[in-house]
Amino acid sequence: MSDITAAQHALVQRILEGAGQAPHAQRRAAFNGLGLTEPVAALVNKVANHPNSVTSAHIRAAQSSGLTEDQVFEIVVCAAVGQSTRQHESALAALDLARGRSSDAPSNP
Amino acid sequence: MRLRILDSGHTFGTKALFSMIRVISRQPVLDVVKLVRYRPDFYGKPMSKITHEAMRGPSDWSIGDREMMAACVASTNHCEFCTRAHAAVAQRAYGNSQPVPATFSEEELAVIKEPLRATLLMLRKLCREQMVDAEDIRAVLDAGASRQQIKDALAVCFAFNVIGRLADTFGFSVPGPEAFAAGAKYLLSRGYR
Repeated sequence: MSDITAAQHALVQRILEGAGQAPHAQRRAAFNGLGLTEPVAALVNKVANHPNSVTSAHIRAAQSSGLTEDQVFEIVVCAAVGQSTRQHESALAALDLARGRSSDAPSNP
Repeated sequence: MRLRILDSGHTFGTKALFSMIRVISRQPVLDVVKLVRYRPDFYGKPMSKITHEAMRGPSDWSIGDREMMAACVASTNHCEFCTRAHAAVAQRAYGNSQPVPATFSEEELAVIKEPLRATLLMLRKLCREQMVDAEDIRAVLDAGASRQQIKDALAVCFAFNVIGRLADTFGFSVPGPEAFAAGAKYLLSRGYR
């Protein structure tokens, strides 16, 4: 059966701990959605919670705070992966708790 | 796209590849391809491994089912690019055996067989509310899905939650149906590597 666990771990390790142009602390903050100052905080919040309402103005505002395009790229990727990871982990935890009529046993009975 | 580097910051070799794609497919290079090919060691390569495993790895869900899940996640997240792209792949994978809903409303999902219908409903809630609880999962188990099928569906959801957020944030342009049809043909023959 398919299993993304190792590949998911590798992605998170790469974007948070690997080489990049944004500081590691800033990438981790974007991933966690915590500890950033405006206007980058607003962009990260939009990416995580309302991505379809991001506008060019949000990107320009982040750049005007001193970020290069490459740094914006990295921070946006970290924010998207972070929010999606939290959502995924929450659903897997619910799966562990759930007991249905299915004959399958919970993974952590 | 909103970052110039994603449009034109690629290496010479990648730009040559894009030229070849344009000539062979007679379609523009999709923005999602430009994204995964920009500094691919940072995002594109590790993400493609996840997406390929989720969409083409071994699973009791068919490829059409997983493409339908991708389109459903994208639709719930209001990501037009991903919705149209993966609805096109799902429809091509299913042929005439299963219509792909346009909006994934509960009414449209009513005609889809279990346990896919219950799984799509759970994924929609997960995307809307950012969480599901054990009751939501139990409904999918009771509809006949195995725990592994639910894990597989959540892997698809993870991949397209990431990709959809990037598509919207970077402002992917939405091409015409011919470009999505060409993309669907490629994704069914080559996968996401």
